Amino acid sequence: MSTETLEAPAVETVKMNGLQAINAALMEAMEADPKVLVLGEDIADNEGGGVVGVTRGLSTKFGTMRVRSTPISEQAIIGAAIGAAMGGYKPVAEIMLMNFTAVAMDMIVNHAAKLRFMSGGQSQVPMVIRTLTGAGNQTAGQHADFYEAWFCHTAGIKVVIPWTPADFKGLYLSAIQDPDPVIIVESGKTLFVPMDVPVNQGPIPLGKANVVAPGSDITIVSYGQMMFTVMQAYEELTKAGVSVEVIDLRTISPWDKETVLASAEKTGRLLVVHEAGRNFGPGAEIAATVQETLFGKLKAPVGRLGAPYCSVPFAKKLEDAFLVQPPEIIAEAQRLVAMG
Amino acid sequence: MSQTLENRASPDAKTQLDIYRRMIRIERNDDATRTQIRRGRITAPYYSARGQECIPSAISVLLNNDDKICTIYRGIHDMVAKDMPLRPLWAEICGRVDGTCKGKGGPMHLTHPETGVMVTTGIVGSSMPIANGFGWAALLDGTKQVTVAYFGDGASNIGAFHEALNLASVWKLPVIFVCQNNGFAEHTRYENGTSVDQISKRAIGYGMPGYTVDGNDPADVYAHAHAAIERARAGEGPTLLECKTFRFMGHVFGDADGYMTKEEKAAAIAKDPLPIYRQKLIDDGIATAAQLDALTAKIEAEVNDAIEFAMACEYPSDDELRRDVFAEEIPA
Repeated sequence: MSTETLEAPAVETVKMNGLQAINAALMEAMEADPKVLVLGEDIADNEGGGVVGVTRGLSTKFGTMRVRSTPISEQAIIGAAIGAAMGGYKPVAEIMLMNFTAVAMDMIVNHAAKLRFMSGGQSQVPMVIRTLTGAGNQTAGQHADFYEAWFCHTAGIKVVIPWTPADFKGLYLSAIQDPDPVIIVESGKTLFVPMDVPVNQGPIPLGKANVVAPGSDITIVSYGQMMFTVMQAYEELTKAGVSVEVIDLRTISPWDKETVLASAEKTGRLLVVHEAGRNFGPGAEIAATVQETLFGKLKAPVGRLGAPYCSVPFAKKLEDAFLVQPPEIIAEAQRLVAMG
Repeated sequence: MSQTLENRASPDAKTQLDIYRRMIRIERNDDATRTQIRRGRITAPYYSARGQECIPSAISVLLNNDDKICTIYRGIHDMVAKDMPLRPLWAEICGRVDGTCKGKGGPMHLTHPETGVMVTTGIVGSSMPIANGFGWAALLDGTKQVTVAYFGDGASNIGAFHEALNLASVWKLPVIFVCQNNGFAEHTRYENGTSVDQISKRAIGYGMPGYTVDGNDPADVYAHAHAAIERARAGEGPTLLECKTFRFMGHVFGDADGYMTKEEKAAAIAKDPLPIYRQKLIDDGIATAAQLDALTAKIEAEVNDAIEFAMACEYPSDDELRRDVFAEEIPA
């Protein structure tokens, strides 16, 4: 089953990829609200409109005061976004790759996320951090990590990792108008695979998962580019007669407990799959919550699949082994289904 | 050498008196804070700025209420100089719900946007990148507003300083970077941790004016801050001001000062800017001793009122743990 047939288009749609959807969201948000700003390395058209072209056209349309290329200074980028946000603007700051957020961690974790709380609600930091990551392109140990758990563990910042172009558009529109800091992770493949996007796709609320396919034997929860892998496994499992309910989490923190718990209760089995490391990964939090809440109602322990405890490797052979592949998902799902 | 300022503005008599008022307000407030901690009436980490009163006082007389400051954990003097009201300040230091941050920030994170106290950070160097954002907002708004980023000499060795100064210069932001160089980065002597003899020299590398001034001399601080603020308001960009001073009470309350000699500390205290400036105002006929005593008494009354107000306030309810994490309260 392809992703296209899953989304029965009830409205007029247009084919676009994630990159185009984000660009459309930024265009729309900037046009509708003069307080929306964009900043980051190479993001203006003079510098090519972003490393993969997500921000192309924005500076030409809105000027380089609102769409500012920056030096390679991640602390300065996030600091400027924080100050501008507290000064009444809604900045969208790009940190080119998720590994580079490490350079700006003090600004993100100690300041953006905490200023509202530490000031007793006087400070508001309505900003979005855009960042790209994901293994699969042999970019090795410092250009491909999924570090969302770092941010999920930090109170005061929301974490969004979309899969479909429609979700990119809708979640960006919501994140830009959200009163709190939001980090949106763009995983490589999600930017380049075209899918149907409703014309006039509006905001999609943060914190809401999407039940992509209904099923009754097992629930599989995933997000970001790992959803492509999950959907391949879903097709094979369906052919093998396993009825799988697939949930795209979309927002990782705060996550949609209600939808996941309802589904796990219904199917009695849950498998969480993510590209991030399995150790202390988001899957651990989801598994613990589901087991705490549904103990006695589950037919099998909650399964978790994620990257092994090592850095992202370079060699294609190792990278393929590092990433969760459809056969592992199929085997784990069948193991859980066979348990009871 | 640091740059030399050609046209030096001088504070008039009224402004000099206002600088003194702010200095004595800082000193009386600091003295009361240490007294209350010693008596066990408050428990809080406290980084006294005793000895550094002149710097934010001579700068704040040049700032409007809506001009902003971003400061650091040793920053209560910067806030008091900016005329932050003392009642919410004290209630916050005491961890009470009527504190400016509802008791959730404490002395290291005091915030009071109404008087322009935007960010107080406990992380060395982090006031600077955020100050840039306020500068960018002011440019977009088309106002003449300026932002002062306060930090210590130790912070000039952290990456955030270098990233922030470079960006501020490239973007010509209306930000004044004020280094309060008290000679010690926590316990490390300036020369053991800093590659240049004057921090202002680092301004050259970022294409902005840099001045080293006597941070204990109100006229010197005023003249250079005046030039820096005028430059920022005119859209010409940032300035780095290094104000040399000394902290009399060590790094943190309870610090035994084992890393400095008794002689150098005594020599610094002998140059205490407060009595020197008081005498100057009297000698220059700007105020009489009686007038200055009356001013001190008035400020002491304000401080005492704030302390008793704060002590009578309630502690925050535990529900506050679920509030202000996000705009929307986290359900119980």
